[in-house]
Amino acid sequence: MTIATNTLRPLATGFNVYKIREDFPILKQQVHGKPLVYLDNAATTQKPQVVIDTLVDYYRSDNSNIHRGVHTLSERATEAYEQARASVKSFLNARDVRGIIFVRGTTEAINLIAQTYGRTHVGSGDEVIISAMEHHSNIVPWQILCRQQQAHLRVVPVNDDGELELDELERLLGPKTKLIAIAHVSNALGTINPVREIVAVAHARNIPVLVDGAQACPHLDVDVTDLNCDFYAFSGHKVYGPTGIGVLYGKPELLDQMPPYQGGGDMIASVTFEETLYNRLPYKFEAGTPDIAGAIGLGAAIEYMKAVGLENIAAHEHHLLSYATEALSSISGLRLIGTAKEKAAVLSFVLDGIHAHDIGTVLDQAGIAIRTGHHCAQPLMQRFGVPATARASLGLYNTAEEIDALVAGIHSVREVFA
Amino acid sequence: MPDLRDLYQEVILEHSKSPRNFCALATANHRAEGYNPLCGDHFTVYLDVKDGHIRSVSFQGSGCAISKASASMMTQALKGKKTEEAKRMFEEFHSIVTGKSTDTELLGKLAVFSGVSEFPVRVKCATLAWHAMHAALQGQEQAVSTE
Repeated sequence: MTIATNTLRPLATGFNVYKIREDFPILKQQVHGKPLVYLDNAATTQKPQVVIDTLVDYYRSDNSNIHRGVHTLSERATEAYEQARASVKSFLNARDVRGIIFVRGTTEAINLIAQTYGRTHVGSGDEVIISAMEHHSNIVPWQILCRQQQAHLRVVPVNDDGELELDELERLLGPKTKLIAIAHVSNALGTINPVREIVAVAHARNIPVLVDGAQACPHLDVDVTDLNCDFYAFSGHKVYGPTGIGVLYGKPELLDQMPPYQGGGDMIASVTFEETLYNRLPYKFEAGTPDIAGAIGLGAAIEYMKAVGLENIAAHEHHLLSYATEALSSISGLRLIGTAKEKAAVLSFVLDGIHAHDIGTVLDQAGIAIRTGHHCAQPLMQRFGVPATARASLGLYNTAEEIDALVAGIHSVREVFA
Repeated sequence: MPDLRDLYQEVILEHSKSPRNFCALATANHRAEGYNPLCGDHFTVYLDVKDGHIRSVSFQGSGCAISKASASMMTQALKGKKTEEAKRMFEEFHSIVTGKSTDTELLGKLAVFSGVSEFPVRVKCATLAWHAMHAALQGQEQAVSTE
């Protein structure tokens, strides 16, 4: 295996990736006798020790139900849970903490909007617009809604580089358009969509916009106030936090008008058998005991990212993406799928005559974890005429040496199938 | 530790590059599709069966090296076999790729797939065309899925 002959210059900011790696205990292991090279961050990210400790400490010292007990543990748990909400608010630069709703993940957030805002605002003959690069979780909830409401789903196409065709988007907007739901960053291609511009165009016609931020929050400094989007969703486990927790941001004036998603405890102000008065925001949308530990763990993950510096993470990953793009492009027979000008650190590729699944197995033997398959974006795979791709997705702890290991691994794939 | 050479044996690589009986079958009276939603592998298996004998068998579709080679070698092995034999071969094949048995009495060359048992995530690749073949013999028209 060739080892970094061309390592990256350290960033001027003092960001030290080798020091960062010390924070992630899982990265220290070997897989099949080789150092683990974890390049499947778009599927899920690894957790820093501080997040693991936060979860353990919560269960060891503070575990209790929130928003009801008068006892000390309940107060502590409630305080920590609401502190996590404040961390999320600041992470997204939201104006109002009432707009931060804890959910299970991006998927649940999108389903929530489809079944509350969608059911009350999308009617027979209306249209919902998505794009050709959406994850299944930003396709299927809208298909379900459209079937329920006899509405129509419209799809903005992407060009050969994997960029949205914005002219087509504008052409699709009309009096029947009731909502646009769009990925901030494509999970399969890495394309960063111009969300701010899309929101401006949509708002000029009074059309609200939901942004699927699952792949953006790990890489970009997201500012929902600047984007001016109406809804924004992301998952905790993709930003170095626990699984099972995610966030729906919504403008409070919209959330206020919407019916609740689920009924139950915590989302009510008072209940009689005749009538129920719903709780205020954000609790109206948090029925039942939430994933308290998960939310607090997510708060810890966000604080960790802020301590590293969101701009440092973006700069490091951008650096690494350029290095990896150049390295992979030099491999003959390798085709990158997704070559947008604006990209996050995701590299989807195919090799001539070698199926992605076989690439994945050979790389795994070299300790390299990548994702192979359709990435829950089957319509996009059809658009590019491939059944599947191999995808390396980078995180804040990845190094140039790991890119070199990937390149060496791809060469050995080619040897096996020569 | 599993060795890649146990999985990607020469004969498997050769069949994946030059699959045999890789075409539609005009005389087919049984056919079924096999689909693995996890990786997108998709094959159609065609069978021409008369009086309980497989007169001809072919396949079409796309997939990884393991699934394609398995489909190719399966078509060679099944030609001229009784349908009951074909089902018993599937059972034996399934047992060796899942590591439940090392008995390859009925399998002949297909024994090279025993290396798959060291790679559990690839078992579905190796058995995809077999599932489709089995469904075709049962007369199922709907695509069989590995999930």
